[in-house]
Amino acid sequence: MSDASYLSLEKLTLAYGDTVAVADLDLDIRKGELIALLGPSGCGKTTTMRAIAGLLPVKSGQVRLDGADMTRVPANKRAVGLVFQSYALFPHLSVYENVAFGLKLKGMRGAELDTKVQAGLKSVGLSSFANRKPAELSGGQQQRVALARSMVMEPKVLLLDEPLSNLDARLRLEMRTELQRVQKETGVTMIFVTHDQAEALALADRIVVMKGGAIEQIGTPEDIYNRPVSSFVADFVGFENIFPLEGGKLRTSGGLIELSGEAPSAAGLAWRPRMVTLGTGPFRGTVRGTSFAGDSREYLLDTSLGAIKAEVEAALPAHALGADLLFDLPAGKAALLSKFS
Amino acid sequence: MNARSLFIPVTLFLVIAFLIGPFLIIVAASFSAGETLAFPPQGFSLRWIAKVFTVESFQASFAMSLFLAIGGTAAALVLGIPASYALSRYKLPGAEIVRTVVSAPIIVPGIIVGLALLRYIVVPFQVGITLALFVAHTALVLPYAVRVVSASLDNLRSDIEEAAVLLGSSRLGAFFRVVMPNIRGGIMSAFILGFVTSFNQVPVSLFLSGPGVRTLPVDMIAYMEIVFDPSVAALSSLLAFLSIGIVFAAERFLGFSRYV
Repeated sequence: MSDASYLSLEKLTLAYGDTVAVADLDLDIRKGELIALLGPSGCGKTTTMRAIAGLLPVKSGQVRLDGADMTRVPANKRAVGLVFQSYALFPHLSVYENVAFGLKLKGMRGAELDTKVQAGLKSVGLSSFANRKPAELSGGQQQRVALARSMVMEPKVLLLDEPLSNLDARLRLEMRTELQRVQKETGVTMIFVTHDQAEALALADRIVVMKGGAIEQIGTPEDIYNRPVSSFVADFVGFENIFPLEGGKLRTSGGLIELSGEAPSAAGLAWRPRMVTLGTGPFRGTVRGTSFAGDSREYLLDTSLGAIKAEVEAALPAHALGADLLFDLPAGKAALLSKFS
Repeated sequence: MNARSLFIPVTLFLVIAFLIGPFLIIVAASFSAGETLAFPPQGFSLRWIAKVFTVESFQASFAMSLFLAIGGTAAALVLGIPASYALSRYKLPGAEIVRTVVSAPIIVPGIIVGLALLRYIVVPFQVGITLALFVAHTALVLPYAVRVVSASLDNLRSDIEEAAVLLGSSRLGAFFRVVMPNIRGGIMSAFILGFVTSFNQVPVSLFLSGPGVRTLPVDMIAYMEIVFDPSVAALSSLLAFLSIGIVFAAERFLGFSRYV
């Protein structure tokens, strides 16, 4: 086993009945990495996670963990933890009993058990809630119990299903910090599933973007954010102006358009609204919509290239609806897409 | 007051009168001092209530009814809990058909169930009376068991079982460790409902009862054909108060109405 493949998925194919959800997926994850599986619903990210946990049988391919083939190992023997989106706490047991559940099944009893459970509760700041029932806790507290319940088992891999999506904005930051702290302190390998690119960018060491049951791109948050490889990823991370490239020219709804500056060689180009130059340039557009977002102002332009979204500093003078504007899509700023779909 | 505003109170009164009236008459009759079952009661005494406890056949049939209600309901739960689990957790082909078949004894009149069991099971296969009654009562209670247990299973998230498995439990272990404790209220409710249903069952038992083996309600009918004294009313009152007591306690301690 190389260090680069603590957990590896090899040609993994997963299906619900005859419907293939994930096809021929290859992925290598290092020990101690924090990985985000990012994608829209139906992209196969949750399916992949369930297969790693052993909750979904593998149709073909392999799941290897820490040098051992886990493909046919049942879920209760894998040493993989999972924090469910709904937390899945046992409603009839106290917080303490929830955390003790797995340890007791391991045969742990008495002082050793108590020490472990207390440490687990303390690590998530819930020592004083040991005797409460899950229903008496807030969503954020329930999630921390679920986290402690998985972590006391010292799993080789901890999976988290949409860990931040059920929390309000303030708790989200808190939980994000908490997860990073747990990961740093224990060195556990973490994989979380999310459809929220901001969540993935903020938390992950590496992001795996999935689409239609396959991996679209793997990279650091910076890679994904700045250098999307495909129109799909570009769209997913907020590039709103995306065009295919044909012989150095932009294919738009208004025909082939020559760009200013040297045309790069790629299958397509993508610009964030912020990358669009407003006020000067070879193109002309009419303001169809405008919205104020505090620091910035967004414009939706009707142009000969189709609809263009631009974003500029809010401090600059505002343009009224219907105003004619010059603009430019600078080729030098664009993200180069090698795949256009 | 016009006719319209009288309609609701009058209807309400009639409904209550029809529901509660016979019960009140029976209770009153059981305290009669007279020799025959009559209303209004003649005088007041507890002699017929006392007599109930001295009739030997009542004791035997009460024991039989109790055995059928407890045994039949327990058997229905043993069959019904796994069935409910399968129906609520898996997308089985034909699940709706199974649900309907299991519910059939609620819909089909008891007299038909009784006749069918007698004609096609008991007589050709020479099944013993007690066994026949036991099987019939199990079948009659099964729909209630499946219905009530399914309702509480549907209210329970299925991901807690997966959570238990990931914490090292087997699938079966997860059922006993995290599913059963959380549907205990539903199971208790199903038991009480089944018990009362079985205990009050007449038509099926009527067909299947035989020499020396009778359920209590069947025995009461037989008794009345010979002796027309108020002891049957006294026994009815006792049974009614027993049922009310059980259901009241169940509501009080289990929140019975949540499941039924």
